[in-house]
Amino acid sequence: MNVMLPGSLSEALDTLASDGAAIPIAGGTDLLVHWPVHVEAHERTYVDLSRLDPLKPLGWTADELMLGGLTTYWDVIRDERAREELPLLVDAARQVGAIQIQARGTWAGNIVNASPAADGVPVLMAYDAVVVLESRRGREEVPLDRFYSGYKQMKRRPDQLVVGIRVPRRRYSYQVFEKVGARRAQAIAKVGLAITRSGAGWRVVAASVAPTIRRCPAVERLLETGTPIASPEALLPAIAQDVAPIDDIRSSAQYRTRVMARVLYHDLRDFWGKPG
Amino acid sequence: MLRPYGRPMAALSVSFSLNGSPVTVDVDPSARLLDTLRYQLGLTGTKEGCGEGECGACTVYLDGLPVNSCLIPTYQVRGQRVATVESLDPGALEPFERCGATQCGACTPGVVMTAWWIREHPELLGTHSIRELMAGNLCRCTGYDGIVDSVAEALRETGSGRRET
Repeated sequence: MNVMLPGSLSEALDTLASDGAAIPIAGGTDLLVHWPVHVEAHERTYVDLSRLDPLKPLGWTADELMLGGLTTYWDVIRDERAREELPLLVDAARQVGAIQIQARGTWAGNIVNASPAADGVPVLMAYDAVVVLESRRGREEVPLDRFYSGYKQMKRRPDQLVVGIRVPRRRYSYQVFEKVGARRAQAIAKVGLAITRSGAGWRVVAASVAPTIRRCPAVERLLETGTPIASPEALLPAIAQDVAPIDDIRSSAQYRTRVMARVLYHDLRDFWGKPG
Repeated sequence: MLRPYGRPMAALSVSFSLNGSPVTVDVDPSARLLDTLRYQLGLTGTKEGCGEGECGACTVYLDGLPVNSCLIPTYQVRGQRVATVESLDPGALEPFERCGATQCGACTPGVVMTAWWIREHPELLGTHSIRELMAGNLCRCTGYDGIVDSVAEALRETGSGRRET
């Protein structure tokens, strides 16, 4: 195994530009799972980001929260303003493993690991977050809801690094994060939902029910138009347009669909049939 | 040097602070902190349970925060502070014995590490419950009530100024 230990962002970008197969590593909480048996992973080249200190802090401006490329879940959990203004970030972060993972896992890592069951990605997407990518060729910004194109497929070139995540500051009249797992702690989502309502409209983001975390435009439309919904079953046609759940070791497609319908119906019972 | 897996590679020299003292070790780039601690540095108090960051038996402190040493490449701790269960006051275990929170012992080093961290940071209880903070340490013998009670007792004793030792 080969590991590059860049001392600056510039050195890291040089390495990524010259070796298209190099894998950036931050907290290691995804890459090192069952590491001893993943012998093929030991043959690759890694670029260690852990000393790129300028990427660590999160920062607030008048219009946005900027998460750094190395900001951890714990950094956000401990941020009082995040707790008040963007509480879903904290709700989701507190359900990513426990302190041992929260202290190491990064928001940027959660985005590029591209798990359909991610906890951090749905809340960022429900807040209209924008992924900031940097490479030797310059800076690029991609809205998170357009970042994924298929299972583990995303708009990050191998020479690009996620150096930040911009989260706009808005007033939310409704926001909730729901994670349904086999137990309260240390679980991977069978179904995840992040729902927000602001001046920008409704955002309904679903996890673990499609090849990627994704927004649910048909469900959002029902909310925007105030379509009357009298039961969880009435949501099924919209859900069928928005997601494509599968049977796997954690759950079944049927269970996921039913749970999604029930959680949406009950969480939003004050809003169905009320336009605007 | 024991190489539990992988093929020999060029060694990296990694220096860090371990339980308050400086150490330098030559490690394979693929070495995990857990294995370096156990097999190169002889600190076998840190256990491997699941190897996937779920059970917490391998919990150590990295710059003061509990982390899973099974998920950390050793090269990442260069220049940082690592503390293992061997650095704890032996009295840290006492409330667990009193509350029936130890049995087979596999999880105990990790449990005690997280518990001691909570004891040192009681301000966390303003936002978190003991149960949530302990959620990264799985115990398959005793259940969790005794573990939660032990942490609560340790916090009470700290609050009243009594040392556990």
